[in-house]
Amino acid sequence: MTEIYIAKDKLPATIGKLMNEHLVYGPVFEGQYHEFIELKAGDKIDLAYQNTRLSPKGLFHPHSERMCQFSLAKDDPEAGIVKEAPKDYSARIILGIRPCDAYAFRLDDANFDTPTIKDPWWTKRRAATTLVGLGCNQPCRSCFCTSVGTGPFDPSGLDVLLTDLGDGFLLQAFTEKGETFARKVPDGEPASPAARQKAGALKQSAEAQLGTQFDPKAIAEKDMLELFNASFWDEVQFSCINCGTCTFLCPTCWCFDIQDEVNETQGNRMRIWDSCMFPLFTLHGSGHNPRSQKLQRVRQRFMHKLKYYPDKYQSGVACVGCGRCVQHCPVNIDIREVARLMSATCVCPA
Amino acid sequence: MNNPYLPYPVRIESMVTETEDRNLKTLKLVFLNPEDEQKFKYTPGQFAELSVAGLGEIPIGIASSPTEPGFVKFTVNKVGKVSSYIHNMEPGEVMGVRGPLGNWYPWDLLEGKNLVIIGGGFAFTTLRSSIVYMLDPANRPRFGDITVVYGARFPGLLLYKDELAAWEQRDDIRMHITVDGTTDPNWKYNVGFVPAVTKQKAPDSENSYAIICGPPIMIKFTLPVLTELGFPPERIISSLEMRMKCGIGICGRCNIGTEYVCKDGPVFTLEQLSRLPNEY
Repeated sequence: MTEIYIAKDKLPATIGKLMNEHLVYGPVFEGQYHEFIELKAGDKIDLAYQNTRLSPKGLFHPHSERMCQFSLAKDDPEAGIVKEAPKDYSARIILGIRPCDAYAFRLDDANFDTPTIKDPWWTKRRAATTLVGLGCNQPCRSCFCTSVGTGPFDPSGLDVLLTDLGDGFLLQAFTEKGETFARKVPDGEPASPAARQKAGALKQSAEAQLGTQFDPKAIAEKDMLELFNASFWDEVQFSCINCGTCTFLCPTCWCFDIQDEVNETQGNRMRIWDSCMFPLFTLHGSGHNPRSQKLQRVRQRFMHKLKYYPDKYQSGVACVGCGRCVQHCPVNIDIREVARLMSATCVCPA
Repeated sequence: MNNPYLPYPVRIESMVTETEDRNLKTLKLVFLNPEDEQKFKYTPGQFAELSVAGLGEIPIGIASSPTEPGFVKFTVNKVGKVSSYIHNMEPGEVMGVRGPLGNWYPWDLLEGKNLVIIGGGFAFTTLRSSIVYMLDPANRPRFGDITVVYGARFPGLLLYKDELAAWEQRDDIRMHITVDGTTDPNWKYNVGFVPAVTKQKAPDSENSYAIICGPPIMIKFTLPVLTELGFPPERIISSLEMRMKCGIGICGRCNIGTEYVCKDGPVFTLEQLSRLPNEY
């Protein structure tokens, strides 16, 4: 593992150099929030940010994306034949991503990149991307990454981890892609033992602040039907307005709709984020709807994250503790409280 | 990399109106590129997404059998935008087929067993595929007795009427066609609901599997009859429907608990369903 130290005043030149060879994405303050955008000359990357409002999942699974294209022109011999749409898979670097958000992509891989079926766009973008993360010295109050199998300095979803040491960054490369990246940082100097020690202390302090807020293992051990039929869902769903904010912000919510759009004789088949909070999500052509009730939809979201996903893939929960849904829910539904209800020893009727 | 979202282009060879209410039409589709037919290797019980450029896709069970090379058949109920458009398409027009998708009836397990096939209404498409498949001379010796109970509200709503009549004449398949009611004085088959006819004909459950597809109300009242006849839940097989988009277990909407109906199903045993949330 390569470990180098780079002073903050040398960073802009390094980023500029990277931008000559790659597409570089980073957190930029726009309007009221930070968002990941493709950096152009003059954009101000802000590595002192807390986190972005939207998760960076859109960089791999855009909010809307053209899947295929077709012509409906009467004189076109190939009219009505649906074809591949060209895409750009240029090498790119995502700079300053939080470890939890990078870990989320690993969880999403279980859905998009399976032994039998591979989502072509997700997998190609994953292969073309180097993830350069930024450890969290100061986690937010709504963060709970250490309760769900990741952490403020977890490198498991990253190629490179940066730790902010005040006047500079400790850069640690964890993968082949990470090593390649480290070689492109010419202004680095060997990391001193003091720098490493400081990074270790920052990690320890951040982890201690987060603590353990619930125990997902207790949920894993519960019977699926017992949780499904538990009485607390009525209380959990009561204030929900099914706005879908949680699903749009969540880095592990990947559900999408497929819709055709036509302009005169040319058309595109699009995929667009969808949400299990919406009744239309499951409405059959016949009018039947297996999740017509709000309770069923709210339960689906939490059960999917905390029970169905771990059971299906024999893994941890499909939540990285980023806290976006906790922060932005207009009616203050808190997944940590729901997880505590689900992991309580007794879920028998109250 | 093979793009699982890209439909194969097909040409409509023929379009047959199946029912008197004109809500069901059977399309016979031929692949524009013969090599696509080789790639579209399916097993009875699977489905595919029918694609109309500009409108979208619908998941439909495959009604033809792999023993019928040269085409694929789908029977489409007129329900929404895509299915209504397909109903008004004409032979010669081009559309798309994406698949085959999902799992299939467990033919390995069914080998050497007796089969009771119970269908109701228009949920007879993959059952047709299965019957044609089993009656193929190469396959027929692999299975024991085949009993079919198929019902519709009235004679005009039965699918595949010519084939039903032909199967009635055979001695290697026991047919019990029924309608809820009819005023036709020449009706020569059964009158009665599917559960009642199943009870009356009482197929032997010894060494037997039941495959049941139909409207929820039919399934609800037929399951107790099958249980009474001695079919355990692991030998009762059903095929589910769900709103779908991708058909390959990625877009997230068709789950029942941990299982995606499009990828892990649509075929489940009653025993499997009993371990899943009752949300379908």
